[in-house]
Amino acid sequence: MQNLNKLTLRRRFFLFGAASVVVTGPAFALDSNSARRLVDRLVAEINQATNSGGSQTKLIAAFESIFEQYADVDIISRSSLGPRARTASSEELEAFSRAFRGYIARKYGKRFMEYIGSAIVVKNTTNRGKFFEVGASVQVEGAEPFEVYFRVSDRSGKKLFFDIIIEGISLLSSERVEMGALLDERNGDIGRLTKDLASLG
Amino acid sequence: MFKLIKKITFFKFIALFVLLSACSPRSGTVVGDPLEPLNRRVHALNKGLDSNILSPVSKGYSYVMPDAVEDSVSNFASNLSLPGTVVNNVLQLDIPAAANNTVRFVVNSTIGLAGLFDPSESIGLAGRDTDFGQTLQRWGVAEGAYVEIPLFGPSNMRDGMGIFVDMMLDPTSSVLKPTMSSYRSWAGIGAILQKRQIYGDQIDEVLYDSADSYAQSRLVYLQNRRFQLKDNPSDAYIDPYAEFE
Repeated sequence: MQNLNKLTLRRRFFLFGAASVVVTGPAFALDSNSARRLVDRLVAEINQATNSGGSQTKLIAAFESIFEQYADVDIISRSSLGPRARTASSEELEAFSRAFRGYIARKYGKRFMEYIGSAIVVKNTTNRGKFFEVGASVQVEGAEPFEVYFRVSDRSGKKLFFDIIIEGISLLSSERVEMGALLDERNGDIGRLTKDLASLG
Repeated sequence: MFKLIKKITFFKFIALFVLLSACSPRSGTVVGDPLEPLNRRVHALNKGLDSNILSPVSKGYSYVMPDAVEDSVSNFASNLSLPGTVVNNVLQLDIPAAANNTVRFVVNSTIGLAGLFDPSESIGLAGRDTDFGQTLQRWGVAEGAYVEIPLFGPSNMRDGMGIFVDMMLDPTSSVLKPTMSSYRSWAGIGAILQKRQIYGDQIDEVLYDSADSYAQSRLVYLQNRRFQLKDNPSDAYIDPYAEFE
């Protein structure tokens, strides 16, 4: 009887495993196609938000969801803290990461208000060794199109993007400068920065 | 100022060029900033000029002027800068761009009524802008230290040098009669005012919404300029995973 139970349990696990493969697709390593698919999906969401006559609140909400689903916010926020991240506790980092997600969504949501009615077209994918870079062109009415690159990696265990490079300017670099300056103003106090981040961006 | 620039001989320029290339470190990430204390003072000056003069005047300018007039003023200024651009295209041995810009100049100066209009754009001859800073880069000169130049803003040794040489090499300025020359200067100011307005949100964000506007404008300038010149080493950006591995 006990053996039978074990068997059912094992079978259940097996079935559960098989079902999860069907639902989420096999967890293959990141390749150029899956990196591109990730960017395709998130670009579709941005396009939808900028073209649905979106208000600023709508756009910010869209970006919040995009950062939640497609961005490695933990690594982005940790890297933004620079060397200070090494001495921070995991609770501090977790709280900071949560606040950072809202901050970054507000900031980029506002920025994309300028591109209402624009279309982002995904172009080429480049293998950069440890990660993939997916290029896209932002076509704004009455202006020259400009280039955006999404850097995608699975080194956190999930396929997520960790940097957006707009006309050569990296979100990660720019936020490291910003968080570095904000931390300096607060004598390196991550707790205070986390609290203040709610009203920034 | 202008006469002074003209008096500087080509030999002196070469000497300066050698000096510059000898002392400039290889470009890489945004770390070294040996001139930071001085740069920060210039930045404070430039920021003050922007908030007190450039930003309000550009708002007034775009409020008063119809868009079409603003465009024509900027077109006029940019058309007169084309011969200088062609010189740089040739120095970079970029003959297709030189041909493109030459035809642009001829078409816009004639059909485009002395450059007030840009008919070339509609026949597929978009401007292919370049400058002496880029020429230096094509010749293998490293970008050198970051510098913020009074009135001009963020730059580096190589591009700062480029601004200076472009003024000297400009064929237009030696040909134009004084009246036209002054029209050109005014149109140049108009073009700057229009640009300040077009990129208003981005400029305001860097200068007024960031915690350290000096560091942020340095980053934006360097990364954007390297991108524009395709002068990015493969490790130009942060790999955040590598830091924690």
